[in-house]
This record gives sequence, structure tokens and C-alpha cells, in this order.
Amino acid sequence: MARLRTAPPRYWLVGVAFLFFLGFPTVISSFQTSLWTQALVLAIAIMGLNILVGYNGQLSLGHGAFMALGAYTSAILAHHYKLDYLITIPIAALLTGLVGFLFGIPSLRLSALYLALATFALAVVTPSIIKRPAALTGGVQGILVLQPDPPQFAQDVFAFITGTRMTSDQWIYYLSLFCALLLFWLAWNLVRHRPGRAMRAIRDGEVAAAASGVNIAGYKTLAFAISAFYAGTAGSLFGLATGFISPDTFPVSLSIQLLVGAVVGGLASIPGPLLGAIFAYFLPIESNQWVPSQDWIPDQIRSTVKNAGPAVSYGAVLILIMMFAPNGIVGLVNSGYSALNRRLRGAGDRETGQMPPDPQTV
Amino acid sequence: MQEFLQQLVTGIAAGGIFASLALALVLIYNAMGLVNFAQGEMAMLATFVAYALISRGMSYWIVFPVTLVLAFGGGIVIQRIVIKPVERAPILTLVIITLGLATLLNGLAGFVFGYVPRSFPSPFSAQSADILGVFVSYRDLGVIVVSGLVLLAVYLLLQRTTVGLTMRAAAHHPEASRLLGVQVSWMLALGWGLASAVGAVSGLMVAPILLLEPNMMQSIIIYAFAAAVLGGIESPLGAVVGGVIVGVTVNLAGAYLPFVGGDLQLAVGLAIIVAVLVIKPNGLFGRARVRRV
Repeated sequence: MARLRTAPPRYWLVGVAFLFFLGFPTVISSFQTSLWTQALVLAIAIMGLNILVGYNGQLSLGHGAFMALGAYTSAILAHHYKLDYLITIPIAALLTGLVGFLFGIPSLRLSALYLALATFALAVVTPSIIKRPAALTGGVQGILVLQPDPPQFAQDVFAFITGTRMTSDQWIYYLSLFCALLLFWLAWNLVRHRPGRAMRAIRDGEVAAAASGVNIAGYKTLAFAISAFYAGTAGSLFGLATGFISPDTFPVSLSIQLLVGAVVGGLASIPGPLLGAIFAYFLPIESNQWVPSQDWIPDQIRSTVKNAGPAVSYGAVLILIMMFAPNGIVGLVNSGYSALNRRLRGAGDRETGQMPPDPQTV
Repeated sequence: MQEFLQQLVTGIAAGGIFASLALALVLIYNAMGLVNFAQGEMAMLATFVAYALISRGMSYWIVFPVTLVLAFGGGIVIQRIVIKPVERAPILTLVIITLGLATLLNGLAGFVFGYVPRSFPSPFSAQSADILGVFVSYRDLGVIVVSGLVLLAVYLLLQRTTVGLTMRAAAHHPEASRLLGVQVSWMLALGWGLASAVGAVSGLMVAPILLLEPNMMQSIIIYAFAAAVLGGIESPLGAVVGGVIVGVTVNLAGAYLPFVGGDLQLAVGLAIIVAVLVIKPNGLFGRARVRRV
């Protein structure tokens, strides 16, 4: 009990957020549930990107390609080989992780700039590569993913608690929530321990890290592999959540959306990817509904907002955040919180010059 | 053989387009060690400006220089507003900002001009000339000549004028140049303007072939990346040679390799990038950089 009372406020926040995400789909429509599923899935992919960019300082602009690999692995296994989709998720994640590992080896020789360039090219080329083996990937038509009915135990538990029948949308939501929780928890543990410290040391100074005995090549490829593992999981779940994947599901703008999410939420933070994903996912959806209903906005903009809106807002957000708030939402909240704290506790102790302890330690 | 030579000429013409954009990338890389992901979108926007002017009834040969001047000014404005405040930021930040700029410009063009592909006039006739038994279209020849002239002009500007010398000095030794009275920051802006104008040439040349729409340059920028990387990202000559090699390779691969065809030509560009970076990261003309630790 005492531990509970002294727990830092962010633990309470995590608890509240968890309960919110747990109860949320019981009160919203099926359509809304599936939207939130996709936002959660995006959060997983963004967490992967965050581990690579935020904690390890390697810029990848092609994580949409890894998502595509995960999604197509699952869809092909489920569609052509009739595997249970649930089993294909870890297979897709591991395969994508392996590919990420292999991709990480040549990228060791590249500077951050060249890596960005190569991964960006990969993201642009991905749709046309997917189209080619049409017998396997369904070509332009894509693959339909059957959305499974919830298994018996999940139905029982859900019926026991809410008294209603669980829809398959809700089941997929809880599946994604479970994966997101697991992977966020893993990421949190990763960055607090030896690998995370090594990755950050490499980001902040490769030579100094090497001099301190950090295995640069090992940790860089590891970061790539883990990052791809997350993207693969996300891709696999994404196919399940949307029920359909095609080459156009994974355009270059998906990779940009992931980057926007990572940057907006806050690089090198654990809650950042979730906040960034919610922002990056719902901004175009909400603005597509809101903008056309406003009379004062010029016709030209209202009629093209569906196509051009996301690009304009993502671009502007990327530039503004990088210029004025490089640590994203989490950074803003943190600095606001510590400013408030300082105001409440008074400025630093005048005699010792010691500042009140920084509430953010992760 | 004849068909091969025709494909070769078409490839060289495409290479001229890639080379212009690659040269723009190299100019900015030399000025600040940054690959400008927005270069293609800047060229696309300039081409839309040219389109707007032409559809007002202006002659192509007036629009062409006017567009280059406007693109030059636009490049300077972008550098002053977006890039200058973060000049000293880490490279990661700068890359993300240019990518944001690319996305923003793409969306703005979509807002203003829409996504319907438009045909863009070519000043050259679509007929072919018979040169030693090889039928070469005037369009390809025109593209080769125009790209060549632009590249020559950039070379002369950089190597034979005081402004060019100052720009190079500002890029190589900013501190020393500043002590000698060079306004380094404005030289960087000039570099952006020049790059923007050179890139605009590639947009103007490619628009009649690809049809003009906001995503027109998305594939061209990949080829330009390939060309710049192949040439060793800091060498203007390398960008030109790289552009021609990439243009010819991609064109021949599309024509003669059955599994590549038209739709995987872009993958050839990616393959070139990856192969160069893995095998010889300094490209054909780049020098290995000695890093002081």
C-alpha cells in the first residue's frame, strides 16, 4: 500500500491510460473501435521507429516497407497456406526482424545521411516490388484478410464482464492492445537496461561509446532488428485490422506518417509513440470530416483536403516540431511539468544551488 | 543494334534530366553536408509555376528563364525561412526538416493545382531526325542539349567567377571565409537558390514526358539520389556522369531485361543506390574522407 501511495505520478497515468484503453471499445461503435485498433497498431510501428531513431540515432525513412513485409507474410501464410492468423503474427514479426537484422549489416557502413537516403528509396519502391510476384501477393488487387471470430475464452470473459457479445472488431482491438502493451513494456525495459544504455551511448557519440567498450556493430544491428520486429508485428496486425492489404496500403506516405508520429510524440520517450500515433492517425481522418463542413474555408481547399490535407499538415508539423519542440509532446509536457514543479517548490536551493529533483528519469 | 542505339540516346536524355536534379543535390550537399529531400518537390512546384505562366499565353522561351529566376528566388526564400534557423542542428534534424518540406510542398501543390495530371508543352517537335541511320527524336536531343548547357553554365559559374569562388570557399572553410569578409550565410542561401534553379530545369524537362502532377518528381528524385551517390555525392562532375549512367542503365534494363520491364525500373534505381553504398560508398568521383576523432 505504501508503495502504491508513493508511486510517481506517471505510474498513475499509465494505470489510468490502461483502464481507458481497456474499457474504451465497450462504449464506442464498431467502426470507431477499428479506427482505434489501427491507431494502436501504428503506435507499435512508431515505437519500433523510435527505438531506432530516438534511442539509437539511425534515421530510417522506410519503415513502411517493413510493415508491408510483416503484413504480406501474415496474409500470404493465412491465405495460401491456411494457417491460423494468430500464429502468423509472431512468424511475420520474427521474419521481419530477421530481414531488419540483415538490412542492418550493410547499413553499418553508412552515415546517417546515406541510411536515410537508402531507406527512403526503399519506401518509394516498395509498392512496385509488391506488385511483381502477383501470384503470391495478389498484385494490384491485394489480399483479403479474413477477420476471425473471437475465440471462446475471450467471448466468455467479455460476456461475463459487459453482458454483451464480443464482435470481431473488439477482439482484434484487444489483440492489438495486448501486443501494444507487451511491446511497450519490452521497449521500456530495453531502454532502461544495458542494451538501451549502449544504444544511447552510440547515438550520443559513437567514438566515445566504442572507447568505452560498447559493441557498436552489434548494438546497431540489434536496434535495426528490434525496430523491424516491431514494424513487422504492426504490419501483421494492420492487415488484420483493415481486413485488406494491397500495394497501395503501403505508400511512401505511410513511412512519413510513422516519422511524423515518432517526432510529434517525442523521440526517445516511451509514451511518445502512443501520443504520436493518435495524432498522426486521427489528424487526417478528423480534418477530412471537419474541413469540408466549414463554409468559411475556400472551396479549393475543401475539395482537395482529402488528398492534399495530410501532406500539408504532416509537412508543416514535421518542420515546426523539429524547429521549436524537438522533444515533441512528451518534451513539452515534461518541461511544463518541471516548470510547474519549480514554481511550486520554489527555485533551486540558494545555499547549495541544488535544484529540486527532475521528475522525469526515464 | 539500331534499336539499342535509340534506347541509348533516350537513356542519355533521361540521364540529362537526372543529372540536373542530382547536380542540385550536390550543390546543397557541398554547401552544408545535407541531402535535400525536398529538391524534387521544389522542382515540381517550379514546373507548376511555369505551367501557370504558359497557360496565360506566354511563350515557352520566355517562361523558361523566368521560371528559373523565380525558382532561384524561391530557393533563397526557403533557405532563409526554413533552413537558416536550424543551420547548426544535427544532421538528423535537418534531414527530417527537408523531408517535412518535401511533404509540405507536395501538399501545397495539390491544394493549388489539384491531382489531375496535365500535359505540359515541349518546345521540341515530336519528330525524329535520322543521324547515321539512328532515329533520334528531337525531344531527346533537345533535352540533352538543354541539360548540357545548364550543367556547363553551373560549371562556369562555380569555377570561373568570383561569386562561384566565394560560394565554394564558404562551403569548404566557413570560418576562414568569414574572416576574409565573405557573408557565409548568404552564400549558403545563394547555393540553395542555384540548386533550386538547376533542379527546376529537370522538372521542366521531365514534365512533357511524365505529365505534370504533384507526385511527378517522386521517381525522378530516386534516380537523382542514385546518380548523386554513384558520382560520389560531393562531386558536380560525378553527378553528371552518374546521371547519364543511371539514365542509360535504367532505360536499357527496362527495355532488355524481361523481369524488370517498365514497372520495376525504379527498383533498378534503388539497386544502384544500395550497390554503390555497399561496395564503394564514396562513389566514382568522391574522395574517402579522413575523419578526425
